[in-house]
Amino acid sequence: MQRINRSELIKAAAKLIESGEADRVLGWKKGEFDYDVTPYVFNSIDEIEKDFVWGDFCGANFSKYLIKETAKSDKKVAVFLKPCDTYSFNQLLIEHRFEREKVCVIGVSCSGMADIRKIKDTAGEGIAKIEEQDGYLNVFTLYDGIVKIDSKDALAERCLCCTKRCVVYDELLGDGENKADNDRFAKVEELEELTEEQRYAFWKSELSKCIRCNACRDVCPACTCEKCVFDDPRSVLENKAAANEFEEKLYHIIRAFHVAGRCTDCGECSRVCPQNIPLHLLNRKFIKDINAFYGQYQAGEKAGQRAPLVDYTTEDREP
Amino acid sequence: MQIEEKKPLIAAFCCNWCSYAGADLAGNNRLNYPDNVKIIRVPCSCRVDPTFILRAFQRGADGVLICGCHPGDCHYTTGNYYTRRRMTLLFSMLEYLGIEKERTRVEWVSAAEGAKFAQTVNEFTAAVSALGENRRLEDLRCKE
Amino acid sequence: MQRIGVFICHCGSNIAATVDTSAVVNALSAEPGVVCAVDYPYMCSASGQDMIKEAIKEKELTGIVICSCSPRMHEATFRKAAAAAGLNPYMVEIANIREQCSWVHKDKQTATEKAIVLGRAAIAKVSLNTPLQPGEIPVTKRALVIGGGIAGIQTALDIADAGFEVDIVEKKPTIGGKMAQLDKTFPTLDCAACILTPKMVEASQNEKIRIYSYSKVEEVSGFVGNFTVKIRKKARFVDENKCTGCGLCTEKCPVKNVPNEFNLGMDSRHAVYIPFAQAVPKVAVIDADYCRMLKDGKCGLCSKICGAGAIKYDQEDEIIENKYGAIVAATGCEPIDLDKFDEFAYSKSKDVITSLQFERLMNAAGPTGGVLLRPSDNKHPKTIVFVQCVGSRCEAHAKKGKEYCSKICCMYTAKHAMLTREKYPDTDVYVFYIDVRTPGKNFDEFYRRVAEEYGVHYIKGMVGKICAENGTLKVQASDLLADKQLHIDADLVVLAAAIEPDRSTRPLATMLTASMDTNDFFTEAHPKLRPVESPTAGIFLSGCCQGPKDIPETVAQAGAAASKVIGLLCKDRLTANPCVAHCDEMSCNGCSTCENVCPYHAVTYIEKEFRMPDRTTKIRRVAQVNPAVCQGCGACTVACPSKAMDLYGFSGKQIYAEVDAICR
Repeated sequence: MQRINRSELIKAAAKLIESGEADRVLGWKKGEFDYDVTPYVFNSIDEIEKDFVWGDFCGANFSKYLIKETAKSDKKVAVFLKPCDTYSFNQLLIEHRFEREKVCVIGVSCSGMADIRKIKDTAGEGIAKIEEQDGYLNVFTLYDGIVKIDSKDALAERCLCCTKRCVVYDELLGDGENKADNDRFAKVEELEELTEEQRYAFWKSELSKCIRCNACRDVCPACTCEKCVFDDPRSVLENKAAANEFEEKLYHIIRAFHVAGRCTDCGECSRVCPQNIPLHLLNRKFIKDINAFYGQYQAGEKAGQRAPLVDYTTEDREP
Repeated sequence: MQIEEKKPLIAAFCCNWCSYAGADLAGNNRLNYPDNVKIIRVPCSCRVDPTFILRAFQRGADGVLICGCHPGDCHYTTGNYYTRRRMTLLFSMLEYLGIEKERTRVEWVSAAEGAKFAQTVNEFTAAVSALGENRRLEDLRCKE
Repeated sequence: MQRIGVFICHCGSNIAATVDTSAVVNALSAEPGVVCAVDYPYMCSASGQDMIKEAIKEKELTGIVICSCSPRMHEATFRKAAAAAGLNPYMVEIANIREQCSWVHKDKQTATEKAIVLGRAAIAKVSLNTPLQPGEIPVTKRALVIGGGIAGIQTALDIADAGFEVDIVEKKPTIGGKMAQLDKTFPTLDCAACILTPKMVEASQNEKIRIYSYSKVEEVSGFVGNFTVKIRKKARFVDENKCTGCGLCTEKCPVKNVPNEFNLGMDSRHAVYIPFAQAVPKVAVIDADYCRMLKDGKCGLCSKICGAGAIKYDQEDEIIENKYGAIVAATGCEPIDLDKFDEFAYSKSKDVITSLQFERLMNAAGPTGGVLLRPSDNKHPKTIVFVQCVGSRCEAHAKKGKEYCSKICCMYTAKHAMLTREKYPDTDVYVFYIDVRTPGKNFDEFYRRVAEEYGVHYIKGMVGKICAENGTLKVQASDLLADKQLHIDADLVVLAAAIEPDRSTRPLATMLTASMDTNDFFTEAHPKLRPVESPTAGIFLSGCCQGPKDIPETVAQAGAAASKVIGLLCKDRLTANPCVAHCDEMSCNGCSTCENVCPYHAVTYIEKEFRMPDRTTKIRRVAQVNPAVCQGCGACTVACPSKAMDLYGFSGKQIYAEVDAICR
């Protein structure tokens, strides 16, 4: 159950449109299913009132959309950003990917998003409707009737260890802070403790599931290259489809390396992966190493900070 | 009779100013090292992209060595500091994926350290030989 | 399609004894694109080179591979040969089959196999080479020297001596710098003014040298050979061209109580003043903070008495824009603030002074006319304690002072001790030191004379505390060698304060895009081999802005910096290394990652209009590499996530091709 009501979000957006400060709003729109929420650019208050949704399935991070959206018009675009999304937003500003002046940021406090996979694990397939009530999700299924799930049990992995706060906003709804106390590196540590063979077996089985749909890249707010090396014939890395298991490794290692030090750990890659590969564990490995080797670093936390891979000290550890 | 084993193939990236000169010095001093080490000259160790390393593994290399000037002595002043960070993270990631960490190595070799170059290559070859062929990162298509 | 020629050198028996060259010829002839492969005993010989030249012409080769010794040996030779035959010299690749093959392997079969692989890698690379043209950039034949101390003066004189025009920008009203404040110089004890002031005059009279005094650098743009610099010439309220330096105004001015910075506040000057007798330019300056006319509009006395009519109360700052080919930073150093060292009672007692103040007290033109009198009561001090390493060689965790050695303090303290004992033999002189460091010509001899012949008490140990009581300074110290605590009642304490770069250095370095170390000293392009150049091309370093130095070292470095500047300015055009980074603008994200890793600040960003694939136009921020500034390290190519950055001569594609050839 979200701390902030849908009506408060609509009020904030409507205010910006009415005053003329922004002429469109980037928000979440009702999809075919309740859990299938789509990013959408709303052009009027009517549209917002009709189709805008805010709830436990609004996981999508809009930061990346702003690159194209801000280029479309000279008018400002309003955007809803959850605490985790604001880090991506800042990181993109650091990288000059769009102009801050062209965006009105409405920071939205978030109580964590639900992971539809967890719900399906309990309620099974055939979900027709999901309603939130008093900290529970009532899942209406075609085959098993109504299944009641504690919202906490449906929380996405990334939300279970979220300690983010809205680091940038023009208007803030709620306190904009999260203080979960789970260790986000627990799974990484668990893997580190395995033997080399076990780790290899783990990643081989995970990455072999990859179908190279590129969803992880396309959703990633750090992957905003004008032309991705994996699409660019000049790069020698271009490959339309994976030929064998090495190709996926290369793709995922290089993708993680390209976003190392820039990845804000927003978890979108794992959220969108149709094969359920825990891709965030690659990024978190880099984050964990960076923190351990070069000091605590949170990408996107502060404007103007220097990413660890474009920085050095003369006393750095040896490889 | 000893059965001849396949010698491990090692690609070595050497920076033009220190390590490549160090390798030349090993030659000048006629210091022997295994012939399966092939050197690729780069202007600076910071030119070595992680994809070069992965590509070498993919195409059948069993080990990849990166040599640069000692930190603080880089011809371009800061290049090897970036190399150090990049390779630290990359190698740690490879290890995390279950790739033997002995297959990758960074060594700082100055233009005066011909002996160090030869020794590094000897040790590295021995370490990689002990692991055997690189199967985990090899691209099967490229095998003859 | 490339037409590649392969030339395999025997190097006498150096290669041929271990590598079967004819087998290499056979193997490499079969490589795609190879139209001829030959071997020869000495490829680098005149006849060998002729063979290459002929083949280039006859076979219309588009690229050549030489399998021979290290490219560090003969790459330049073969490039020249190629160019002579009309082939772009960057279409040459060397396979190193001597140093990295025949000389390190013994078995002929495996060495031959390796030579073939190295040849293949070179062929694979050369197939992807592109002809490169070294860029040419014009050079503005004028140098700028920032700072008019001994370093700047010497650099300017040397550059002017070679016939080039040079400007000095000095922030103070006169050139001369710190050396002008010194009394005598170690170890020869010649008077600083006697050797410095003739150089100041020489600089002012040299027609190639322009001095902008009371000025500062406001903005720097451009790159090596082509800098544009804005200089702010501060209003001195005196017309430089009219003022004769007679000094009448400086005597009549009714504002008399301005602390005299030249004597470090130990006496006063007037609101209109000439810093010191031998100032260059010898022109008065009005201190706007004190002048009654400028503050309240009441007075105007100087204007009335100035016969030359030089006083101009309405003078304003002037911005001058000039073009330069080279810039020399000679911004010097200054003693650190001692406010964190209050255990020495510096702020509590006038009789605790810095060594630079002591120089002024000993100087005949100083506040006491060269008679050593202590500031509090103008009495002759009978016991003097010198404390060395005040703020030098501090531990990092002490959070005060500097970790480095200021280098000059041991020697000037020895000099002060000697001069004191020579002029006033009845004075007791103590020097407290951590170590005495005297590496320099005749330095240790000098120090030993001071310690042994002049009866100066050198005590190894640090002073712990100084308390001012009833006109005496109670000095508590430890003698480490005798393992004793000492209590000395001193009349005067002289602190050898550490020196640090002038405070104007950091903002200047930002303007020059020249890098600095953690202590704000400029870093050199190479700590051993390029000590007077900044990593930023066209920026040179002279004097203490690079690190603590004494006068002879400063002058030597000033000359070295000048010779580097001359070497640059005597060229009409600069030839740039063509193996530099370049940006594919369509793939560039404008993210500044490359800019952050470039040690030369060769990358800049522009907003550029693009026609996009969907026929719209779009303004995008894209990187541009200045080929004149880029040195071709390639750090940007790896940092760039979209691989928009690539390096000529070592492109990603070329290196992949080499990797593939080697791993085949």
